[in-house]
Amino acid sequence: MNNKIKRILPQLLTILFVVLVFGFFTINAQVNMDNRGIDFGFGFLSQEASFDMQFTLLDYDGQDSYLWAYVVALLNTLLVSFLGIIFCTILGVIIGVARLSQNFLIKNSAAWYVEFFRNIPLLLQIFFWYYAALRALPLPENAQPWFGVTYMTIKGYYIPSMIWENLNVFMSCLIAAIVAIIFIRVYARKIQEKEGKQLPVLYISLALITILPLLSFLIGGVTLDFEMPVLKQLAQTSFIFEGGIALPPELIALVLALSLYTSTFVAECVRAGIQGISKGQKEAAASVGLTPNQILKLVIMPQALRIIIPPTTNQYLNLTKNSSLAAAIAYPDLVLVFAGTALMQTGKAIEIVGITMLTYLSISLAIAALMNWYNKRIEIKEK
Amino acid sequence: MFKHLKQLTSLFAMIAVLFAFTTEAMAKKSKTLKNTQKKGFVRCGVSQGLPGFSNADASGNWTGIDVDVCRAVAAAVLGDANKVKFTPLSAKERFTALTSGEIDVLARNTTWTLSRDADIGLTFVGVNFYDGQGFMVRKSSGITSVDQFKNGISACTNIGTTTELNMRDFFNSRGISYEPVAFEKADEVVAAYDAGRCDTYTTDKSGLAAQRTKMKNPDEHIVLPETISKEPLGPVVRQGDAVWEDIVRWSLNTMIEAEEYGITSANADSMKTSDNPQIKRLVGAEGEMGAAFGLDNEWNLRIIKQVGNYGESYKRNIADTGILPDRGPNQLWTKGGILYVPPAR
Repeated sequence: MNNKIKRILPQLLTILFVVLVFGFFTINAQVNMDNRGIDFGFGFLSQEASFDMQFTLLDYDGQDSYLWAYVVALLNTLLVSFLGIIFCTILGVIIGVARLSQNFLIKNSAAWYVEFFRNIPLLLQIFFWYYAALRALPLPENAQPWFGVTYMTIKGYYIPSMIWENLNVFMSCLIAAIVAIIFIRVYARKIQEKEGKQLPVLYISLALITILPLLSFLIGGVTLDFEMPVLKQLAQTSFIFEGGIALPPELIALVLALSLYTSTFVAECVRAGIQGISKGQKEAAASVGLTPNQILKLVIMPQALRIIIPPTTNQYLNLTKNSSLAAAIAYPDLVLVFAGTALMQTGKAIEIVGITMLTYLSISLAIAALMNWYNKRIEIKEK
Repeated sequence: MFKHLKQLTSLFAMIAVLFAFTTEAMAKKSKTLKNTQKKGFVRCGVSQGLPGFSNADASGNWTGIDVDVCRAVAAAVLGDANKVKFTPLSAKERFTALTSGEIDVLARNTTWTLSRDADIGLTFVGVNFYDGQGFMVRKSSGITSVDQFKNGISACTNIGTTTELNMRDFFNSRGISYEPVAFEKADEVVAAYDAGRCDTYTTDKSGLAAQRTKMKNPDEHIVLPETISKEPLGPVVRQGDAVWEDIVRWSLNTMIEAEEYGITSANADSMKTSDNPQIKRLVGAEGEMGAAFGLDNEWNLRIIKQVGNYGESYKRNIADTGILPDRGPNQLWTKGGILYVPPAR
């Protein structure tokens, strides 16, 4: 009995303390808000937002509600995080592997890259790309085309947009190809386990993924047209490009800075992962006659990934949270639009900051859950 | 039983009387005023640098007509116009700073609107500058009127301002599609427009005139003649302290009325012997004009002597600096403008 109390009492006291602290802050906020005549409530979410956004993925207009403005701004945040994660991973893996190269030049340039980009504060890098690099670009009327059809200007990067006909047919073919590839992989594995025969899975996959969608063009009635950006004069000296897709410089600067900065950390994770595998593994694999490619794919990488994934997850989380620095360069992300403009127009500071915090928390937890799942999947299964 | 009831009633009566006393005493003594006098300075929120309104020079001295409102309050309640602590705030931060108690007066070219007055827990005390939103474009663009704006135009502005909303109303009503590019700091907006990121820069016309002076080549830009909104700019206080609200309101009103009666920082002392009772009231020589605020009788004289009247402030900060030499609507009602304040009596 006595022991039980000893065990439970500290926990009860801790809970009581936490509840009291929270209660104190809640009541304190309540009293102060009452004194200042501020109401608490989420009714504002259904009101008309009445401001516009520079860049949106879904249709948004000032007549829509604050709730919709929140969703659209959240998508902008997710877009930056998504692009950032993709680019930083690609770049990070390349740099990480390059750091282990035998080639002096490659090895050292990779090391310099890492030391340079990870030791400059991220905000400064964002400022550099936005205010120094992208501001130095030409005005639309002076822009020279890149690759013939795209234009990089101070007002944004203009690329042709695709106009599809029978897009759903094309998509079905693509999905069919992917499903087929998965089946072939499973089948090839079975064959190998049973008969020790190896099928050229890679070549079959490549063939499938090019031929099936190609067929949809030839027989499925799918057509693809490009809408080119065309220079349009607004006034004597003021031009824009019309048509195609316009990527605002704010987005480009943010994705550039975030992926370059985070890729250095990913590179270090990759390097640590590969170096964490003992030499004996490689030598043992070589001694049973595996080719260098097979050694990397079948022996080194599966083990290295277990070391790489957890710290890389942290970097993905950092990148997502760092994307809130968008507010510094006018990219309409969640912080700029919702915790900025919407907060200003409604004055609902506690509600809006609360929602924003919860949102970032949810995004981070979702990414962590996804990476944990992947980590579980690639764990060595002890038989 | 009966006896007890009597005792109870008297107890209630006593509590009621006590309560009445305390509420009356609280009404007379403003909490913000008490805190300000204890600290020895007025905590004032200003812009991050808008010439003419609130701008700091290289040695950190703040000047501008918004700054002068804060100085007037300091002169009234502390006796020294220099006892002000200025906090530069972005448009986004300003209201939170005020409602959270970080500052006590917000004099930051802030537009008085219904929703701000009613929703956010703020009270606007008056107007110290009548303004309207306009557009700035490059001269070389050949644009001379907003009628020449075309689809696809990009417009730079500040976030968290009425400008953002007016701009939408304006472009929407004309059916023009536009790209809004909204920055947090005014300097960033100016830099973006100046570099060519945007075709036009929109904010209050006074702001356009003031920011133009900061550009690489001010002569290359013009402010279009159209005004698309009403922007009455004025000082703001927190809701819930009626006395402090009155002090700030009448500090501003004193400056405007002093101009109306020709009282300047130079002649204020000699005006004490004036024949006009209204003038005498404004320099603390007649009536009990400070008692209601819990201030002495010469609070208004100090404002006029140390800060000057509205006309002096305007001339010093806005006209002489070349921002807006013409007073336009910000002229006294007796001279064709719309500056009209209730009488201080």
